[in-house]
Amino acid sequence: MNPAARRWIFLVAAAAMLAFYVWGLAGLPAFGHYRGPYGYLVDHITIHQTHATGVVSAVNFFYRGFDTVGEEFILFIAAVGVATVLRALRDESENGGRGADESGSGRGAAPTSETVRTVALVYTGPVLVMGWFLTTHAQTDPSGGFQGGVVMATAIVLVYLGGEFLVFRRLSPVDVTETVESLGAGGFVMVGVGALATGASYLADVLPLGSPAGAVDASGTIALISFFVGVEVVAAFVLVVNELLEQTLVIRSRS
Amino acid sequence: MILAIHAVVRPPAPLWSMTLLEVVLLTLVGAGAAVVVSARHPVRQIVLLGMYGTVLTLLFFSLQAPDVALSELCVGAVVLPLLLVVGLAKVKGKQQ
Amino acid sequence: MAWVVACGLYGIVTSRHLVHQIISLIVLQSSTYVLFLSIGFRIGGVAPYFSDIPRDTLTVDPVVQALALTDVVVEAAVTALLLAFAIQAYKRFGTVDPQELRQLRD
Repeated sequence: MNPAARRWIFLVAAAAMLAFYVWGLAGLPAFGHYRGPYGYLVDHITIHQTHATGVVSAVNFFYRGFDTVGEEFILFIAAVGVATVLRALRDESENGGRGADESGSGRGAAPTSETVRTVALVYTGPVLVMGWFLTTHAQTDPSGGFQGGVVMATAIVLVYLGGEFLVFRRLSPVDVTETVESLGAGGFVMVGVGALATGASYLADVLPLGSPAGAVDASGTIALISFFVGVEVVAAFVLVVNELLEQTLVIRSRS
Repeated sequence: MILAIHAVVRPPAPLWSMTLLEVVLLTLVGAGAAVVVSARHPVRQIVLLGMYGTVLTLLFFSLQAPDVALSELCVGAVVLPLLLVVGLAKVKGKQQ
Repeated sequence: MAWVVACGLYGIVTSRHLVHQIISLIVLQSSTYVLFLSIGFRIGGVAPYFSDIPRDTLTVDPVVQALALTDVVVEAAVTALLLAFAIQAYKRFGTVDPQELRQLRD
């Protein structure tokens, strides 16, 4: 069917769908009057039960830890999928078999300006440290494995943006990245299994709770899980970016 | 039916429970969505996506969700545009 | 929210470039984050972190934020996977136009 007919059908169907959507939205309580009791409960018992002051991360890694395992595995599989899909075609050689060279393989790309290089490389260190801080402090402030991992990945990507593609490649060899990512995902699962081994339910908090609520070593398994998640997220993103960049800058088809 | 549409186009009743900041940001998000979709040139669209991500971050901050805002800032304004630009370069490069 | 969903869907359906379709999908997903966070908002509530506020101040709902948080990061990985598929499709068929891809399949 031609595009015009398709567009009309879409408009009719979209109008019907949006009518239902809007009807559903209008049935919600007014903005700001959330009626779910679970939020109140979690607020009040989190600090007592887990000695963690970051309630969102406590929910993510403790009260709903099993869901987070699922989501992390979505991440894992997506990253592995990218690596698999982009390496499937075998009729391409890596830059004629010579490996990447400094001049951008003669693509005529403009060299990175000095300002961009300086800014990007200067920011890499602090952003990396900040990402590490976020990953290991899941239980106190707005932080946690997922955010920290993404921030660390941004730091490593900044290396590429600073024009140092070869350094980026050396920082992220595919084997190491994949191993680190598997370690992160596996570590998360293992922490849960460790809890099983001591007789509690899966992913229950079995490490001793520290005394000042919100300290780094308080709240038992939450910090540990967040660390593993952070490691896995950063490895996943670095792997993905590396694969895509490899496609553009290194692989040449044999034609 | 008309009431339902009225309830979504304006913030759901009561009208004054949302501060001006949130109303402005929600409007910007709506406008941003329309603009991002209507840009047909891919590179232009990627830049617009970066700005849309930043506006989303501001909205998340104003909704008292610093975690989500932090993730959205890193993902939507750095990692996603980078992935898309690199993918686009790979797709376009062969057309030349 | 409904408007953002509509925009995203329109972009996906009437797109002529695979990357444009992927970006419209991103817009669609972002509408769900906004929906989550708007649902969980409480008037006068602050962010749900108790390291520097007294223990029983009213906060915004933390459960919804936990959902949205993991969503944002996972979406980026899924987008990367979609992008990889787009690249491979381009290599196989030589075109990035979803309308033409549809015709090629017949």
